[in-house]
Amino acid sequence: MAPPELVADLLDGKHRALARAITKIENRSEGYRDIVAALHEHTGHADVVGITGSPGAGKSTLVDKLAAEYRERGLTVGIIAVDPSSPFSGGAVLGDRIRMGSNVGDMDVFFRSMSARGTLGGLSTATSDAVKALDAFGKDKILIETVGAGQNEVDIVKTADTVAVLVPPSSGDDVQMLKAGILEIGDVFVVNKADLAGSDKTVQELRGMLEMRERDPDDWEADIVETVANTGEGVEELLSVFDAHADWLDRTGKRDELERKRYAEEIRTLLRNDAGALVEDEVERRGGMDDLVERVVRRETDPYSVADDVLEPFRDAVRHND
Amino acid sequence: MSESSERKIRCLVAKVGLDGHDRGAHVIARAFRDAGFEVIYSGLHQAPEDIVQAAVQEDVDVVGISILSGAHNTLVPKVIEGLEAYGAFEDTLVLVGGIIPDEDRPELEDAGVDAIFGPGTPMEETIQFIREHAPER
Repeated sequence: MAPPELVADLLDGKHRALARAITKIENRSEGYRDIVAALHEHTGHADVVGITGSPGAGKSTLVDKLAAEYRERGLTVGIIAVDPSSPFSGGAVLGDRIRMGSNVGDMDVFFRSMSARGTLGGLSTATSDAVKALDAFGKDKILIETVGAGQNEVDIVKTADTVAVLVPPSSGDDVQMLKAGILEIGDVFVVNKADLAGSDKTVQELRGMLEMRERDPDDWEADIVETVANTGEGVEELLSVFDAHADWLDRTGKRDELERKRYAEEIRTLLRNDAGALVEDEVERRGGMDDLVERVVRRETDPYSVADDVLEPFRDAVRHND
Repeated sequence: MSESSERKIRCLVAKVGLDGHDRGAHVIARAFRDAGFEVIYSGLHQAPEDIVQAAVQEDVDVVGISILSGAHNTLVPKVIEGLEAYGAFEDTLVLVGGIIPDEDRPELEDAGVDAIFGPGTPMEETIQFIREHAPER
């Protein structure tokens, strides 16, 4: 299907077109940029919530219950679940769909699995583009679920308006909580499996950590919610925290600020990627990386001089524009 | 622009109906992963319409139905009809694995199944078949 047709079908509410658009975005297929560009003017209506946490924290089960509750309230839901890919084969088992039991047979919950595909930084671009597709399609709420294992995942969650971090009971001592990473990005912390022993202690440790967080008086005060995703306990409370955070974003003008910051970051990422691709082309034109490396190994030149050389035509072009 | 496109073969490994044995489906999911495919596993006890929903939303190239219960003649055609209803049948490879008596094969093939892999089929054969026949999109 050609991009314009695909976009028209997607805006028309055709699920298959939405699914195919996301595939093209994931694959970086020809024409995917035109698709994302055409969708842009139709976006900006959905609330985007990121949900992250260690494997086994119960993210998928919670997402399933959140989606069911949203549906109960008459809202449509899009879900993107990101799973890691094998560093060896590049393959992946995307297993979160299994836990979408409350929503099987309901097309108004559009669940899409994505693999990390081992790309550095590329994943967050692909994910935020897929979010745009769901937004343009007309989904009211979009949930991004990702394993909080590394920087990549932290980046993805940054594409969300509200970030929930799941912390299982007894997930370590308070030094774990001081370590950098996902605990710094949460707007709300969810101690899931709150029926298990150790839950109270985890809540206390989290509270201690949050008290130490540096914040301005008008910053959002992160909440802690206890849930038992299996039974749906605490899900309504969590949703009201999401709503409160969304209200706060609107009231304080933070949503606007966040959006601007995000677009700036997105433009920078695209520029870096595109500039990188131009540089790769230039390297190829000069006989390829192997050749350049060979000359460095033979001590005929050095990496800094090579970089200077390769970039010379770009510098020239920029100077001509002045 | 030399931005490289990276197409991955996406497969739904589906268990449908009352059949409660999914060891084989797990083994296949793992072998597909090791072959570099992206595998979505449906979980046990899915209705045909659940499989269709998953196949459409995940935009898979391949739907592999693993079935041991003997209900293939009723369940598999329902999956295929569902895919047709979404316009997703044409460019989806439909495979069936499990216990399928020889006399049932023609009916499944007439219904639109692209290949049937019985017990003992070497994994490599199934993977090779997918590599060769995954639909161009």
